[in-house]
Amino acid sequence: MSAGHMVYDIVSLGVPFSVALLLAALGENFNQRAGVFNLGCDGVMSMGAFLAFLAPYFIRSGPIAPFTNLVGFALAAAGGALLGLLFALVTVTFRAPQGIAGIGLQLLAGGVAGTAFRHFVGGVTGVGGVATWPVPGLSRIPLLGGILFDHNPVVYLAFLAVPASSYLLHQTPWGLRLRAVGTHPRAADTMGISVPRVRYQALVLGGAMAGIGGAYLSLCQAKMFADDLVAGRGFIAVALVYFGRWSPWGIMGGALLFSLAQAFQLSIQVGGIHFPYEFAVMLPYVLVILVLALARRSRKLGPAALGRPYDREVRV
Amino acid sequence: MSRWFRLLYAATVIAIAAGAAVLAGTLVLTLIGARPLATFGVVFSGPLRDVFSATEILVRAVPLTLVALGIAISFRSGILNIGAEGQIMMGILGSSALALKLSGWPGFVLLPACLAAGALAGAAWGGIAGFLRARFDVNEILSTVMLNYIAGQLYTFLLRGPMIDPAELMTGSGTPQSMRIPRAAWLDRLVPGTRLHSGLLLALALAFLTWLLLWRTTLGYRMRAAGAGRKAARYAGVRVERSLVVAMLFAGGFAGLAGAVEVLGVHHRAIEAISSGYGFAGIVVALFGGLHPAGIVPAAAFFGLLLVGADMTQRAEGVPANMILVLQGAIILAIVSANMYLNNPYAQERAARFFRRLGLARSPAASAEEGP
Repeated sequence: MSAGHMVYDIVSLGVPFSVALLLAALGENFNQRAGVFNLGCDGVMSMGAFLAFLAPYFIRSGPIAPFTNLVGFALAAAGGALLGLLFALVTVTFRAPQGIAGIGLQLLAGGVAGTAFRHFVGGVTGVGGVATWPVPGLSRIPLLGGILFDHNPVVYLAFLAVPASSYLLHQTPWGLRLRAVGTHPRAADTMGISVPRVRYQALVLGGAMAGIGGAYLSLCQAKMFADDLVAGRGFIAVALVYFGRWSPWGIMGGALLFSLAQAFQLSIQVGGIHFPYEFAVMLPYVLVILVLALARRSRKLGPAALGRPYDREVRV
Repeated sequence: MSRWFRLLYAATVIAIAAGAAVLAGTLVLTLIGARPLATFGVVFSGPLRDVFSATEILVRAVPLTLVALGIAISFRSGILNIGAEGQIMMGILGSSALALKLSGWPGFVLLPACLAAGALAGAAWGGIAGFLRARFDVNEILSTVMLNYIAGQLYTFLLRGPMIDPAELMTGSGTPQSMRIPRAAWLDRLVPGTRLHSGLLLALALAFLTWLLLWRTTLGYRMRAAGAGRKAARYAGVRVERSLVVAMLFAGGFAGLAGAVEVLGVHHRAIEAISSGYGFAGIVVALFGGLHPAGIVPAAAFFGLLLVGADMTQRAEGVPANMILVLQGAIILAIVSANMYLNNPYAQERAARFFRRLGLARSPAASAEEGP
């Protein structure tokens, strides 16, 4: 296999790989811009992946059978939103410390997904999943067509979500309120913005996006569900938000970097290069740590009130 | 506010939190078609029916106590160690590798050396996250979670490759496990016919030593000060960064020791899935025990019961063992939520106002007359 071929394979594989990370990290970005960081993202993704998997698994015939994948994504979004609501209740209303509460949510959501999977499904079963839909015309552009326009439809939508979230954050009144609440909640409160309401909205939106990211894994990428399907991607998504400096475009860059590393890792294994498999799997996790260590300076660009519960009655 | 009101308030908050956690468990059990009452019945009474199961509770409580002690040290020092799972694996690798290397040595040297090797390996793994936090300001939750995944891969790599039992290769079964470690390195069994081992005594002794460390030494005071108020501690001359690293060394060391104790006391060889979630359960135990050794020991026994009971429900009621994760998650969320209400004077004020409006508590004038 020539080097050129290998690079092409890695890049065209890396683009669809990035989608689950991208969606979850864009959602997490809304949470963090509102001042809450949700470490339960991993569990929410697991739940989303499981709920989405249920639709094509159980609905095999009948009038809605052609739309099972759509139903799956809707279920995942709804489940993610509900978990976001639960996390908002704990961290916004009850003002619990966010780090440890996130681990609680991760255990709870991942546990429910795993328990229900064992009960309703049992073992590993595949589903049809979402088929590839090459964009007419564009997919036939040499090189670029295969890299950018020869994927399943969710890939295109996920990349459209990048400018959409950037617009939502920076060009709409809601985005301004969201950033105000995450930067200076007391000032926002004084201006008549309800800090809890905006944080609830952000967490519900972020949860739904993480759920959809999980659904992408089970319906588009792996086309099956397993306990360890998500494999820490939720935590990587949280790290990507730091890496991308809380900007949707930066997050997209980070998601692509990670999935390229993963595609590279897979191509090493397939390419028959002698290298212990376990070390190849480690690579993305090592990369996260390195990236976090190098992105130290950007920490100052983060939302000023990130991680701090807001209580309007606390006298300062 | 009267003392009675405060007590009643605390009791109500705790009751609501416990109720919420039980409700979450009941909901999931109902969802998967199990009988919640029967399941909870098996969880809480099954392990106490016979001597063997009862000792199993303590067998589980030993690693839980050790892990939770380390987590309590780290949490009190202001660094959240989520990486106990990986540190346990490192402890298992360190202690079993040394035991196999020095297989001819007498027990009174070998056993302490193996325990120390496990603790050191865990401490080194935890120290990485501490160093990254102190030097590069890397969020320790993310780094410890990543280190868990890395440790997991390293663990399977070593058990499948360099450390695999040659017998597994000869018979061709290829189960990823190390050779059996020499008998000299085993921890004694306390009750014949059960798996209860002398690691229990070690865990109890270390609980006492942890209390000494945190509340009776300068080092412990500095670490707690750094955890309670970073800026104030730095102003008072505490080297906060260093205390973070030290806290993570302790946390990793305790988790590594838990791994060593599991190998030397229970399994006698490194196998896959020894830890089976002790790292995360340890977080719940530490929080449940109020981050204090005196609370952690009973909390570990309680969660030991829960773990043994969860295994039994799998057989008796067909409830998947993952269910324990659901309960642990729900308990964490309930505890952290309840804590904020217990320690928040504003919330207490609000509750008092609410009750006054209902006419259930005395007016502020009446309690003011009472005086301090």
